[in-house]
Amino acid sequence: MSAPAAAPALELRGIAKTYMLREGGTLRRRHRPLQAVRPTDLVLERNGILGLVGESGSGKTTTGMMALRLVNPSGGRILLEGDDITDLGVTALKPYRRRMQVVFQDSYSALDPMFTLQQIVAEPLVIHGIGDARSRAARALEWLERVGLHRSYGSRYPHELSGGQRQRVAIARALILEPAVLVADEPTSALDVSVKAQIINLLQDLQADMDLSILFISHDLSVVRSLCDRVAVMFNGRIVEEAEAETIFTGARHPYTRALLDAIPVLDPRRRRTRIFRDRDAIEAEGLTLAAGALSEPAEPSDEPALVAVAPRHRVEAVVTP
Amino acid sequence: MTAPSAAEPLVEIRDLHVAFPQFEGTVHAVRGVSLHLAPGESLGIVGESGSGKSVSCMAVMRLLRSPPAQISADRLALEGIDVMAAGKDDLTRLRGRAAAMIFQDPMTAFDPVFTIGQQIAETLRLHREMGRRAARDEALNLLRRVEIRNPEAVLESYPHQLSGGMLQRAMIAMALSCHPRVLFADEPTTALDVTVQAQILQLIKDLQAELGMGLIMVTHDMGVVAETVDRVVVMYGGQVMEQAGVIDIFERPAHPYTRALLASIPGQEGGRRRLTEIPGGSPDPSDPPGGCPFHPRCPEADARCAAEAPPLLTGADGRQTACWRVTP
Repeated sequence: MSAPAAAPALELRGIAKTYMLREGGTLRRRHRPLQAVRPTDLVLERNGILGLVGESGSGKTTTGMMALRLVNPSGGRILLEGDDITDLGVTALKPYRRRMQVVFQDSYSALDPMFTLQQIVAEPLVIHGIGDARSRAARALEWLERVGLHRSYGSRYPHELSGGQRQRVAIARALILEPAVLVADEPTSALDVSVKAQIINLLQDLQADMDLSILFISHDLSVVRSLCDRVAVMFNGRIVEEAEAETIFTGARHPYTRALLDAIPVLDPRRRRTRIFRDRDAIEAEGLTLAAGALSEPAEPSDEPALVAVAPRHRVEAVVTP
Repeated sequence: MTAPSAAEPLVEIRDLHVAFPQFEGTVHAVRGVSLHLAPGESLGIVGESGSGKSVSCMAVMRLLRSPPAQISADRLALEGIDVMAAGKDDLTRLRGRAAAMIFQDPMTAFDPVFTIGQQIAETLRLHREMGRRAARDEALNLLRRVEIRNPEAVLESYPHQLSGGMLQRAMIAMALSCHPRVLFADEPTTALDVTVQAQILQLIKDLQAELGMGLIMVTHDMGVVAETVDRVVVMYGGQVMEQAGVIDIFERPAHPYTRALLASIPGQEGGRRRLTEIPGGSPDPSDPPGGCPFHPRCPEADARCAAEAPPLLTGADGRQTACWRVTP
């Protein structure tokens, strides 16, 4: 790709998705817009792991699917390594698909049960017309080993594998094209605790070895803390806070981020406490108000909440007062 | 039913074995589990998938269809009553009044064609022989009790109209409807959003304290254990590995599996880092390894661990461990 080296691996500019909900019966059909994702900016830096965190309905998965062009955005631009891929058709998009791959939570439904693991891992090479049958088979076996499965697994079928092993196969298939960007949507959520750590370590190792950039979509803040460099928190279809991972865990500003952190069970039975909960509507109504003087970059005072910088590389949604 | 004496455990499982014969071979889900729960006590059963934690609870509730399940035990009792020998009527009474159970997925626990109100009322009429009117009023009370803010509306709702958290609250209301002396909660928060999860755990804790109920919390999540129970049973490969008070489990874990499990939990320290992983995967329940089920993954295993299963030994402090390398 001809993009300048300075361009981030992936950049979303004002990306948005509105679904039209059909309501009423056949005769009185009405359409109501649902803003799944409001105009959102997001930058995945090269060789970085960005955690996109939120609860169900926050829009995190839709955002990831738009980045991959698996869901078409209602507005905004998608830049992959500096190239605008928002409006590309199927043929023009194909070379970019090589640069951007995905792993889902449920790898069982993502792996064709009629294919051997070697065929599954080699399939992207077939689709993109890379190599001949022999070299593809050899590379597939190499990749099985690279994700921690013995070469003998090449002749096995998906149903013979455990959940963790299937996720390894899904990762091998996603990375065999050596993409620049991997979107991982809850890849560890269905796994047992002891296996979860294996997959997190594998992703870290591969990321470092391959100069890969990962958009890691998850509801699990503990996993995000161990894996990600930066974190963006989504709430009701928009990003409410974004910062370096440790800043989120030690110095979160937005009430929703704080509520999310407070909900993580504490691994210390001596520190049990009675929690006071506020529902999402109350958090939404409360929001955050900051004086213009408290910002690290100037922003116009406004009654409308906006993402503002409170420290270098730390943005939070707030109403800015003079 | 005779009134249980104070000393009698609410739940008693001694040397439970459960197997499911299948075409490809028999699945040995539970292989010699013993545990008990005293009145008012809270016990966490923690384990990964296939550890046998849910099947053990289903067995003592007699919720496993047998055949196909092959169940054997030295003793399997609720409120001192042997559930293996109990007839159908006794079991129905025990399930409502002695013990109730809530599950991970409340959507499958409710019938989609009846309203929440109809389903809670049905339970009340069956177990507490209430009239229509009284059952409806009591259902409303129960929904208020689980902190549902608009109980009238929820009463008239069908399951699909409610959120996961709301439905889990309704299931807890139904479970509480007959004042059970023990509540089995099988991964009650696993399918819920993080913030809702914390709310449901708080609700279960509050209700347990308020009603003096026994609680068995079945979970894979050590965080849930740390937040909710007094005592912990750690299961692996259909067997009990360790049993101890919750503070001992977290501060002085004895069994190598418990230690490895705690070490592998992400997010305990700040900053991006590699995690301590447990190599390999869970044992195949249709072909369990000989000896200790954890030995193929255990960093401390030796020849004896592979050859001979360690017995579950009880120490002076009541702590139990099944490991050749640990002296209780």
